[in-house]
Order: sequence, then C-alpha cells, then structure tokens
Amino acid sequence: MANATTAPKIVEPTVFDLSSPGRKGVSFPDPDVPRAKLPESMLRKDLPLPELAEVDVVRHYMHLSKFNYSVDGGYYPLGSCTMKYNPKINEDTCRLPGFLFTHPLQPIETVQGNLALMYQLQEWLKEISGFAAVTLQPAAGAHGEFTGVLIMRAYHKSRGDSKRVKMLIPDSAHGTNPASSGMIGLQVVQIPSDARGNVDLKALKEQCDDTVVGMMLTNPNTLGLFDEHIEEVIKLVHDCGGLMYGDGANLNALLGIVRPGDLGFDVMHFNLHKTFSVPHGGGGPGSGPVGVVAHLADFLPEPLVGILEEATDDEPPLFGFIKPAKSIGRMKAFHGHFGGGHVRAFTYIAMHGPDGLKDISQYAVLNANYLLARLRKTYHVPFDRICMHEFVAEGQFAGSDVRALDIAKRLMDYNFHPPTNYFPLIVHEALMIEPTETENKDTLDAFADALIKIADEAKTQPDLLHNAPSTTQFGRMDEVKAARELVLCCWLPEDYAEKV
Amino acid sequence: MNTPSNLKYTKSDEWFDPASGAMGITDYAQSQLSDIVFVEILVDEGDTVEVGKAIASVESVKASAEIYAAAAGKVTAVNKDLSQKPETLNSDPYGAAWMIKVEGGKTGEVMDAAAYEKYCAERTN
Repeated sequence: MANATTAPKIVEPTVFDLSSPGRKGVSFPDPDVPRAKLPESMLRKDLPLPELAEVDVVRHYMHLSKFNYSVDGGYYPLGSCTMKYNPKINEDTCRLPGFLFTHPLQPIETVQGNLALMYQLQEWLKEISGFAAVTLQPAAGAHGEFTGVLIMRAYHKSRGDSKRVKMLIPDSAHGTNPASSGMIGLQVVQIPSDARGNVDLKALKEQCDDTVVGMMLTNPNTLGLFDEHIEEVIKLVHDCGGLMYGDGANLNALLGIVRPGDLGFDVMHFNLHKTFSVPHGGGGPGSGPVGVVAHLADFLPEPLVGILEEATDDEPPLFGFIKPAKSIGRMKAFHGHFGGGHVRAFTYIAMHGPDGLKDISQYAVLNANYLLARLRKTYHVPFDRICMHEFVAEGQFAGSDVRALDIAKRLMDYNFHPPTNYFPLIVHEALMIEPTETENKDTLDAFADALIKIADEAKTQPDLLHNAPSTTQFGRMDEVKAARELVLCCWLPEDYAEKV
Repeated sequence: MNTPSNLKYTKSDEWFDPASGAMGITDYAQSQLSDIVFVEILVDEGDTVEVGKAIASVESVKASAEIYAAAAGKVTAVNKDLSQKPETLNSDPYGAAWMIKVEGGKTGEVMDAAAYEKYCAERTN
C-alpha cells in the first residue's frame, strides 16, 4: 500500500483517444461474389468509430479490468447485496453445450434436459421457501416484486374486491418496494419501525382496513434484524383481508432454518443472484423467481414448466409448458434468465444440498455477528441486538466532522470494498455491513482491524478520511457535480456535428 | 441550526409561513439530506393541496425524499426557479428555496420553533 501511494498513476485513454486511422483488428477475406457498390447517398463519413488493432483493444480492456474491484479480487461487504463468492463450477455447467446451444423456441421434445432442470429448480425453490408454486420468469428482484404485486392485485380483483388500493411498506424497506407498488398504481403507506427495529405494531394496526392490498416486508429487514413480532404482523395484515409479500432479498439468512411460506407469507421473490450465487453487480444477469401460496398459484405468469405426461416404467416424464388458469400473463419474452440464472442457481443448490444450504445461512449469520461483536465498541449500532446476516452501524463520531462516506472511501485504501452507505434511511450515516458466509475469520479480522484503525484516524488525522481514497486509480469523485451536471459524454449531442 | 421563530414546522421537516402562505424544507432537513442535486415541484398554480400530500420530490447524493404540504389551501405560486438551482435548498432553505405558496393555509399538526428545535435535538442524539 505504501508503494501504491507513491507509484505514478496511469490514466488509461479511451478507445477513441487510442484510435489511429488505418489500424485494423479484423481482416476480411476477399468476397467470392462481385462486390456491390453502395449508392453514394447512403455512404456516410461522419461515423467516428475507433480504429485499433486487436492487441490494442485487448490491452485497453485488460488495463481497465485491473481498475475494477470484484468479489474474485477481495472482500465485498456490500450490505443488502449478498456479494458472495460465485463458484466457478457454475461457469462450467452453464456452458455445457446442451444448455448453451438451445433456443427458447425449439420444440419441447428437443429441450427436455433444460425443462427438467427448470422443473427441478421450481421444486427446490418451493421446498426451500415453503410455497406451493414458483415461476422462474422474472428477470431480477424488482421485476419479481412487480410480478408479485400484480398477482396480489389480480387475486383481489378476481374476488370482486376492488376497494383495495393501499400497500403498506415499512420505513426500513428497499426502495424497490414502493417503486414496484407505485408502478402498478397503488398508494404506498409507510409504516414506521419501533425502537427495536421491528415493524411498529400500533402504527400498522391503524392502517389495517379493507382498502389494504397487502404489506411488503423484508424479513430479516434491512437492519439485519428478524422481526420479533413477525407472526403478529402477518396476522394483522391477513385479518384485514390483505396479502403478505415477502421481499426475498435477505433469504441468505434463512436457508434451511425458517421458511417464509410457513411464517404466513403469501408471495415472495427470490434473488438467485444474491442467495444462490448467480453473479451480479454491473447490471446482470439477475434472476427473480416468485413463489406463492396455493390460493395464488392460478395467477402466476404463464408459462410454468410442468409435467405433460407422467413417467412410465420405460419412459421419463415429458416436460413442457403449462398455463395457470387465471394467469396475469407473460412477464418476459421466453422463460427468464435460463443459462445466466437458472443453471447457475441449480448447480449451487445441487452442490450444497439441504445441509449445505443450512450451513450457508448459519455461517452468514455467524460472520455478521462476529463482526458486530468486534465493532460495536468502536461504532455506534443503533438497533443493537443479535443480528442475522448483516447489521447497520453509524459512520459518525461525536465531535468529529467525519461522515459515513469518508469511512467508506477510506476502506478502499485498505483494499476493501466499502459497505453500503446511507441506507437504510432510518439510521443516521448508515454503514450497512454484510460479510456473507464466503469470508473466513482472517478476512473478517482484517476488515474489523481496518475499521477500528479508521475510527482512530478519524480522531487523529481526519483529512486522511476526507481525502480518501488516495491509493486507487482515481481519488474522491465529485458526486455532487456528477449529479447536478448531467453531461454523460465527452461532448454534447448538439455539438456532435462540429466535432467530426 | 437555523429555526426562524415566525414559522411553523412539521414532524416531516417542512416549514410553513402563516403570513405569506409559503412552505419549504427546514434547515435540519437540508443538512440531513446533504448536497441536494434535484428538485421537482409536483403541483401547479391553481391546484388545491391537502396537508400531508406530496408537493415536491427532492434528491440528494445520499437519498431521495418526498416533501409534504405543511398546510392545506389553493396554490397561488410555485417557485419555478428552484428546479434549475437545487443547491438553493442547501444555502437558503427558508428564503430563496421556498417551494409553493398557498391561500388559506390551514395547517395540520405543527410545532413552533422551540418545539421543533427540541424535536430535532432528540433525533440527533
């Protein structure tokens, strides 16, 4: 690290800057048919594509990739995101030719292996969550929420119950919950948390009436706390005719220990890209299956994978697609993120088995509590009780102008990815730390040591924090300027013609 | 923290001026949000607002927040310059960064300056 602070920083030019007229990455063979002449009017000269040799392009992206931070490169305690290590065997299985070279429009007789995998994944997710039916279609978590809320609304409508317009959402919720409900046109009602980080039962009671569509609840919540009155919360919502939506973002705390379906949840999305080791960050692939209880199964998106002909002594079953009776329709062209999501998650579940999955959650919870125990004397933890897979500390100290953002940035100088900060909103200067089961005690200790040292630096050398990071390719970014001046390119579109 | 004594304050950190009918967000609110980078006023002149209804949406580098009407009434003016200069909410929350003005101005549950200061102090500790 000492070297890194003094080493000269190389600024990688863009591919446009690297371009030199006439350089080529690909040489096309001579055509074996006469070359057609394009009409002069259709030829354009104003297309400034970069011209580079193959090696220039490879080196450019190789350099850029070295600036990245990834879970393969180091510890990534990004709260609420479950940045666990993604086993490399997933990369082998999703590239098996039988999966890789199939098309969603092939006749089902020719893709029985794919369908068998999807069917088995549906069954496993049902078993893990305690739900009666599962769709694999949604593209990712928020899309799963949107699907789930559409199902809830369709259920009420099918009963002629059209008064219901309110969705109850705790103040600790992920922002996607109100967004999903809002997109469907529901009215979002915020429910406060009590002093122990649970849903405030009194405030909930006041809102429970015959206009409630349901409640969207993450359990354990974004404070990493298991709601101590979960059964009472669910009963209140059910008693007023509402449905209970479970945000499965934090399922990594529960595998093999508690099943949301058994607790009384009616709908839940899974984040295969969190809990089941599908890689995420940087936009993909994501996969957000949705599970429902029996009385909502008819509303699931079509198609589900089902058994069209039962197995006989001589023949395996024939898998195919089935349409639920009152389906809300398709949520996505084709069948969800098959290779990217389903095959990897299937591999992960198959590899671990029931006992292995339980181990995962137990270690995730143990790791979070170990870090909490090491850090609670240094950082104030406002809802301080035994946590689940993550916890939220305050990134501020009495009499100091150091903020959570400064602490997060300083962690980068210690070669750790910063935790989630300023979320959840109910904690001042929040630092949300989720170690996952991936990390061993050495890594956890190194991270705790760094945070304790940073707390000391905050007292003795606060400018180290204010100016952090100093060892990364780029220093502190001007987030305010970036958000206020929305210029996303090197030039503005209206100036484009002048530039070329 | 700046808390002018002529204003009324809500629990969700909006202020209301009974004399002019203006409303906006408090100094405490802007300091909690930190640098504000976006603001959109959600109502137009001539609209009628009710207490607790969203009148604006504000985004900072840390968070986004809905701003609720501190008083009910007919909207007589909207601060049209504000969306071009969201930083005004940080520098002058009670002055140049007023959001809307209403006629009638019937408040719901509000606090005076002393009570609001106490309420903020409780939350900081």
